Formats: sequence, C-alpha cells, structure tokens
Amino acid sequence: MPTFEANGTVYEVDEDGFLENPEIWNEAVAKDFAQSEDITDLTPDHWKVINYLRNYYLGFGIAPMVRKVCKETGFKLNEIYGLFPSGPAKGACKLAGLPKPTGCV
Amino acid sequence: MPDDERRPTKLLDQLEEGPWPSFVTEIKKAGEKNPACNDLLQQLESSYEEKRGHWKHGGMVGVRGYGGGVIGRYSAMPEQFPRIAHFHTIRVNHPSGWFYTSDALRTLADIWERHGSGLTNFHGSTGDIIFLGTNTTELEPTFNELTQAGFDLGGSGSALRTPSSCVGQARCEWACYDTMKLCNDLTHQYQDEMHRPAFPYKFKIKCSGCPNDCVAASARADLSIIGTWKDAIRQDDAAVAEYAAAGLDIRRDVCDRCPTRCMDWDNGKLTIENRECVRCMHCINVMPKALRPGKERGAVLLIGAKAPIVKGALLSSVLVPFVAAEELEGTVNELLKRLWDFWDEHGENRERIGELIQRVGLANFLDGIGLDPTPEMVAAPRDNPFIFFREEEAN
Repeated sequence: MPTFEANGTVYEVDEDGFLENPEIWNEAVAKDFAQSEDITDLTPDHWKVINYLRNYYLGFGIAPMVRKVCKETGFKLNEIYGLFPSGPAKGACKLAGLPKPTGCV
Repeated sequence: MPDDERRPTKLLDQLEEGPWPSFVTEIKKAGEKNPACNDLLQQLESSYEEKRGHWKHGGMVGVRGYGGGVIGRYSAMPEQFPRIAHFHTIRVNHPSGWFYTSDALRTLADIWERHGSGLTNFHGSTGDIIFLGTNTTELEPTFNELTQAGFDLGGSGSALRTPSSCVGQARCEWACYDTMKLCNDLTHQYQDEMHRPAFPYKFKIKCSGCPNDCVAASARADLSIIGTWKDAIRQDDAAVAEYAAAGLDIRRDVCDRCPTRCMDWDNGKLTIENRECVRCMHCINVMPKALRPGKERGAVLLIGAKAPIVKGALLSSVLVPFVAAEELEGTVNELLKRLWDFWDEHGENRERIGELIQRVGLANFLDGIGLDPTPEMVAAPRDNPFIFFREEEAN
C-alpha cells in the first residue's frame, strides 16, 4: 500500500495518491494533500470547491459531474484548473478526500 | 527477477512465426534498451497462460493544467513485475491526415526512449500517436519535451477527443472538401474542450473527404463530417468505353451493384439517373478514370455513431444533408455549440450523444437544437408509417 507523508502524518493512499479511507478526512488533511498538488496556500476559493465536493460526496456517495461543480461554485472550468492545476477530478477531489473518481468529474 | 535474465515466453514466441511482423519481436527488441519491456512480455505471457488480463482498471494521472491526455495503467502484479507497476499511456495529438517528416518521427521516438518504454502505436483508434508505458514521475518531463518539439497531448476521458481526418485533398482526388484544414481548425478552436474534460462522456469528430469514408467516421464519430456532392457525377464517355474495351463487365460489376440501380449500360452508353444516386462511390471506385464526383461539393453532417462500449454500437444518422464546402466550418461550429448545449443539459453521466437521441427521441432532439426535420434523416422515408404530428400541426 503506497503512503503519503506530510507534516509528520503518514496517510495510506492508492497508486494515484488518493486517500484510502475517506472517512478520516478533515481540513488538516486537505492542507497536507495540497503539497502533493503543488498548491502552496489554500485560499477561500479553494475551500469553496473543496467544501462543495465534500458535501456532495457525503450526500450522494459519488463525485459530481464537472459541469455541476462549475455551476454550483460559480467558477469557470479554467478557473478551477487555475486553483487546482491537475483539474477538478485529480486535484480538487484528492484534496477533498474523495475516493478516486471513476468516469465522473 | 534478475535484471539481465529473461524467462522463456513459449506462448508468445509462437506469434513470431510466419513471414509477417510481430509485436512480440518488437517488444523483445525494445527490451534490449529498456528492461520494462521484458516485464511487459513476462506479464503478457502469464496472461496467456492463465487466460486473464493483469492490468488494473483505470487510473487518474496527468500533467498540470490538463485533465486528459494520459491514461493511467497499473499492473495488477507489481511485485512480480515491478518495472511495469506504472505503465501509463500518453496520447499525442497527431497532425491532420497523419503527415510527418522522418525527422519529426525521430524526435518523437527519441523523446519516448528518454522518458518511457520506447514502444508506440502509430496510431491508436482515436488517431492519436500512442506512447505506451511510463512512470508517473516521467509524465511532466515527457510533456515538456513534447511541447518544446511542437507537439501536444490529445484528448481522453469525458472530453472532445482529438479530431481526425483522412488525407483529403493532400493525397486524394475524391476529397469534396479540405478535410485537413477543417480538422486542424477544429483542433485549434476547441483546445479547452479537449484538454479540460467537462462533457457527459467522450465526443469524437472525424472528417472524411468523400463517402468512401476512409476514417470510418460514420461508424465511430459522434459527429461525422463526410464529403459529398450535390450535382451529377461527372462522366467521361470515352473513358467508360475504354473500361468496356479492356474487359470490364459494366453491367455486372457497376450497374448491378449500384444500391439504387440508378445506372444503365446499353453496351455503348452509360446513363446515370443522378436523382436516385445515394453517393455510395461504388461506380466511381470501379471506374476512377471515367467517373468523378460532381462539382458542387460539400459535406453531409451525421450524428451519433459509437463503438459498443457501455451500450451497443451505433452508426451515425444524417443531421444536415448538405453543407457547401465554403460554409462548412461555420456550420460545424454553430452545430457543435447547439449539440454540446443540449447534451450538457440533458445527457446523463457516460451517455454518448447518439444514446441521448435514442432516449429522448429524434423529434425532441431536433427541437432542442433548433433544426427542422428533413426526409434525409430517415433511412427509408417512404417506408416509415410512424410519423407523428403535433396537435397544432394537424389542425
């Protein structure tokens, strides 16, 4: 099982660096995983996307479609790539502690 | 497993027999430079022995700024085959019509030997150049070298896939419009749609210059753009006579094979009832020196083809029967906007546009994109009794 270490905490992750146990997620986890995506500072805009994804996941058990992320957060897709360089699926979902999206986002 | 030792691959070795090229031979050659290729062969040999695949499903890897272009591949047997534990695929956007200088090919091959297995597909079914097999850490360096050499990644995932075209007017006398320019222009115009997936599912555009449809657009492109002509087939009677004199049985091999039987040969004169011609190209293909497409050229736009993944296969259906070559690009852009708006709004996750049309019905779909129905949209219009009128239309 691959691991990811940040600020002294060791996380179990899958090959793509997604959190193995989504239930252990909290805001500190998001901050730790930001390093793996080359994001130095989590701004309120980042949190808006992360919290939206997190709440959707807790409500429906899956990641939302990309179009819905844009519509609900008010960010255009290229703005989301500005916030999360590897995009909504690989970047934002990873920080929000979602399991790896399959076909969604 | 020791690095320098290759276990026997008895089953795969059989595929090297015979006079034809063998992928096994190629992978073995690649293994001399990159030992990951030996692991690849070993894993495949065990797949052959056990009759099951050893790749995990999917993967979520990429390069910064792009949501596609890399397909994550992980071995399900990383302990036995550590050098292919990661073996990601990279799609590289091909040039229109697949024209390369040998220098460009060497550049691509050198980049891939530096950063990956050295194994490629020229080309994948999408049309892209496919780089087979590398580690996650090599993705950004590969991408950087590719962009410096003037190449870019192609589309993957729920996005516009790299548009592709036949060789068109660059190599073929039948091309009814400039397929290579259209493909190139669409690729440039829709970079966002290609690199940042936002669609319900994949969307493919393929441009064929004539109804021979050399890129098989009507079988696999969500939007198929196929060259055609509006006026009569151009006919050179002297050349027809030469074919007859050379022994071609025009009645049997041309007239009787015309799907609409719109041609007649009276042992001296070929007559074509052009109104009945469905542009199948058969007669032109048999007598290329005598018959040519007409002069009023353009394309037919078809919608909804797909391969069998998720649901069954579909062939595309006519959406716009004829667009003049000069108006083609503008029409395609306007149509794409309407198609994508409707699909975005009504498509379900992983639903191709052809499946959406089947689900909501052609009439509702046409309403949604603001096109009027025409008889060309129905395969056999005069045979179809299921024509529904709205109440206000019937009164």
